[in-house]
Amino acid sequence: MSTLVLLTLTGLGLGALYFLIASGLSLIFGLMDVLNFAHGALVTAGAYAAWRLTGHLPFAVAVAAAVATGAVLAALIETVLIRPLYSRPKDQILVTVGLGLALPALVQGIWGADARQLQAPKQLTGTVSLLGAKVPTDRFVLIAAAIVVLAALKLFLAKTRYGLVVRAGVEDRAMVTALGIDVRKAFTLVFAIGGALAGLAGALGGVYFGSVSPDQGTSLLVFGFVVVVIGGMGRTDGVALAAAAVGLIQQFTNYYAASGLGDFAAVAILAVVLLVRGNGEGIQRIIRRTA
Amino acid sequence: MKRHVKHLIPVAVLAVLLSLPYSTLQIPGVFDGAVNTPGSLQLLALCLLFAGLAVGYDLLFGRLGLMSFGHALYVAIGAYSAELAMKNLHLPLAEATLLAIAIAAAVSTLLGAVSLKGVGNLGTVGFAMVTLAFAQAGSILVGRDPKTTGGEEGLPLSTDKVPSAFVGVVNTVNLYWLALAYLVVVCGVVWWLTGSRIGRVWQAIRDNERRAEVLGLNPFGYQLGAFVLAGTLGAAGGVVHLLVTAGATPETTTTDFTLALLVMVVLGGSGTRWGPVLGGVLYTLLDHRLGAVATSDSVASLPAVLRIPLSQPLVLLGVLFVLVVYAVPGGLAALPRRLRGGGGGRRPRRERGEQHRLGVVEGEAHGTHPDRVASEL
Amino acid sequence: MILELDDVRVTLGGSHILQGVSFAVAPTGVTALLGRNGVGKTTTVKAILGLVPRSGRIAFDGDQVHRLRTHEIVCRGIGYAPEDRCVFAKLTVAENLTLAERRGSKHAYDLVYELFPELKTRGAQAAGTLSGGQQQMVAIARTLLNDNRLIVVDEPTKGLAPKVVTEVAEVLERAAERVPMLLVEQNLALVRRLAGDGVVLAAGQVVHRGPVRDLLEDAALTQELLGVGKAA
Repeated sequence: MSTLVLLTLTGLGLGALYFLIASGLSLIFGLMDVLNFAHGALVTAGAYAAWRLTGHLPFAVAVAAAVATGAVLAALIETVLIRPLYSRPKDQILVTVGLGLALPALVQGIWGADARQLQAPKQLTGTVSLLGAKVPTDRFVLIAAAIVVLAALKLFLAKTRYGLVVRAGVEDRAMVTALGIDVRKAFTLVFAIGGALAGLAGALGGVYFGSVSPDQGTSLLVFGFVVVVIGGMGRTDGVALAAAAVGLIQQFTNYYAASGLGDFAAVAILAVVLLVRGNGEGIQRIIRRTA
Repeated sequence: MKRHVKHLIPVAVLAVLLSLPYSTLQIPGVFDGAVNTPGSLQLLALCLLFAGLAVGYDLLFGRLGLMSFGHALYVAIGAYSAELAMKNLHLPLAEATLLAIAIAAAVSTLLGAVSLKGVGNLGTVGFAMVTLAFAQAGSILVGRDPKTTGGEEGLPLSTDKVPSAFVGVVNTVNLYWLALAYLVVVCGVVWWLTGSRIGRVWQAIRDNERRAEVLGLNPFGYQLGAFVLAGTLGAAGGVVHLLVTAGATPETTTTDFTLALLVMVVLGGSGTRWGPVLGGVLYTLLDHRLGAVATSDSVASLPAVLRIPLSQPLVLLGVLFVLVVYAVPGGLAALPRRLRGGGGGRRPRRERGEQHRLGVVEGEAHGTHPDRVASEL
Repeated sequence: MILELDDVRVTLGGSHILQGVSFAVAPTGVTALLGRNGVGKTTTVKAILGLVPRSGRIAFDGDQVHRLRTHEIVCRGIGYAPEDRCVFAKLTVAENLTLAERRGSKHAYDLVYELFPELKTRGAQAAGTLSGGQQQMVAIARTLLNDNRLIVVDEPTKGLAPKVVTEVAEVLERAAERVPMLLVEQNLALVRRLAGDGVVLAAGQVVHRGPVRDLLEDAALTQELLGVGKAA
């Protein structure tokens, strides 16, 4: 029983981490058609920002800095590099690939390739007793963060004008411009939001793994992609569910089948879902997007 | 006159490449020592190998407009299958190679069919992600079984199964010949096919898949054929990689490896004959030389702002890549044309404008498939 | 003239769809853009709005707009009801309208709800669940919401039942009383009822300009240019 509890909460915690990454990716792709390969680099940037400040400043500030780093970096990337390539979508993807290679390498150059330990505050590194299991506190932190982010995103999308523009733009970007709205501002905003969430994922991921490393972001990115494709581009709810599912399946498979097989399973789900779900929501969206 | 010149270029290039192992040419900064020293020949062999891998990758990316992010999987299959066949099944190199290629053909057929089955449904991005996911799965499989696959360390080459001609520093020149042969074979196959009727069908599919369908062609078969061909060529390259680097490394399973091929192809100019070759050679040279430069004394004394980016080849390569995508979209192969003031490149630039989603344009069989266009050419 | 096109050319996917289109839209009433299927009427409309790459000159109320981006062109006072309506299916009817509100303009909700009372009652309904006719109402309502100086409507009656077509015709008639309109339509009865001037496209160029009434009276000309018999 206690194993079950631990596995479930770890799975959900991991799922929360995936959600933070995937939700940004999903909005960016949904609205902008940009498959953001630099997203992992944004996670890394946030992780290292948090790492640098932990110990010197209150942890909450370190996390805020991680979020800000991600947001600012993302906004810069979007306005300087992505926006001018608006009419060349393939090249936009390529540019993110280049950034995704260069930025983590830069981080590696500055701070080395080895993982650096992240000293999270004591409250977060302890364990909580739940139903007989000793569950690390960071799982709860992650889950709580994901829930807050999910609620905030839904509020933003449902209640604000920019949220309205984003929701409409995900459906039909050209028509939004034909209504007299400059979608480019929405692009920068969405990219920045994605960056902020990536930064948060980096900081909290550092707590979860206990360390930060240059390739941490990119290795998480693949799972981010898996979650987005399963959950649906531009569908925040779908992404949340998919993230939880992937996290849980991964943990349970790793434990009950064989270690490492869980990662494999997560990736295998992607293939299965893509093939089976011929008329699924996510697929329809992708069809409309590229047809 | 122009046509004759065009035919002469491959001959000339081949002549140069054939002569290198006999030349004592020194290119300081690029090679330590003369061109025919084992060290330089090793580097040159790698350059030619990656040029060949890039040409094979560009078959998918540039000629068919398929953005595969999982090509590394087949290279890894080539290297690991051959080595494991030699080590565990005690097969000599030749048979091991054939086995590796057969496995790659089978896997690429299966995975290609799965990935492509939805290309019509999934579009470029879906295909990219599925191929990425499969390659990642392969990478995980390799990583989680260290006993068989050597895990992080990889597997050293089973030299007892390899003809002695390929073993030993003194025989580095033979590895050079092998890599050159690989490049020639890949270029021969790919160039011949792209110039043939099949190539024209590929181009039609790349430019507008719907239109190709309307013309009665089944894109799926042609795409799958290209995918399997690219996979087998990649696996063959994997075997060459195994020999040239004397081992199978998990590096060949990573997404970064595929991305390196992508960079090579875009840098050089995708969809062209020489672009991927140029890109492969240039990238490999930069990757190795920058690594050496980084540890040299002259760099260690530079201020941190310069030293750090220089110490990491990927930083420079990534930045260069971004610059090329931006400023020279046709890659280096398009530079001569641009410098002459040509501007657009061979095919008309495909701009989407604000087309996204707002209905089908009247008069078109179907709207343009802008996602299919890999580059300006 | 409220809108003037001069030598507009559009090439898409290798085909030269528009090969030098030049015409003007009258500052009052409805100007119809006519032609056979596939001749480039929708492309022309998209070219005006900057939704496709084009060359040539386009002037809106005297200002050159061909260098502007779509949203900038629209913000100068053009309402656009596209072919296939393009309402945002997942947004509610009310949200579809809210989105169409432009800053700096009064929003004529009174007019819109007077013309389309259903839109008020179905405000909370997802636009994707509306019937074709209702979606067309949303599309037209969007164009009437702001102070527009020109309304461009592309095939508003496509795929609609005859009764709905009549309703749409009435709405368009009322709208055209206040704002000049460029109307793309295949339904010649509708064209005859609404339009003053007609512009006919063929082979990527304008081949006929003149009062719609005269064009439609001439059966041979109508057949030749529009490929149909005399309008019913």
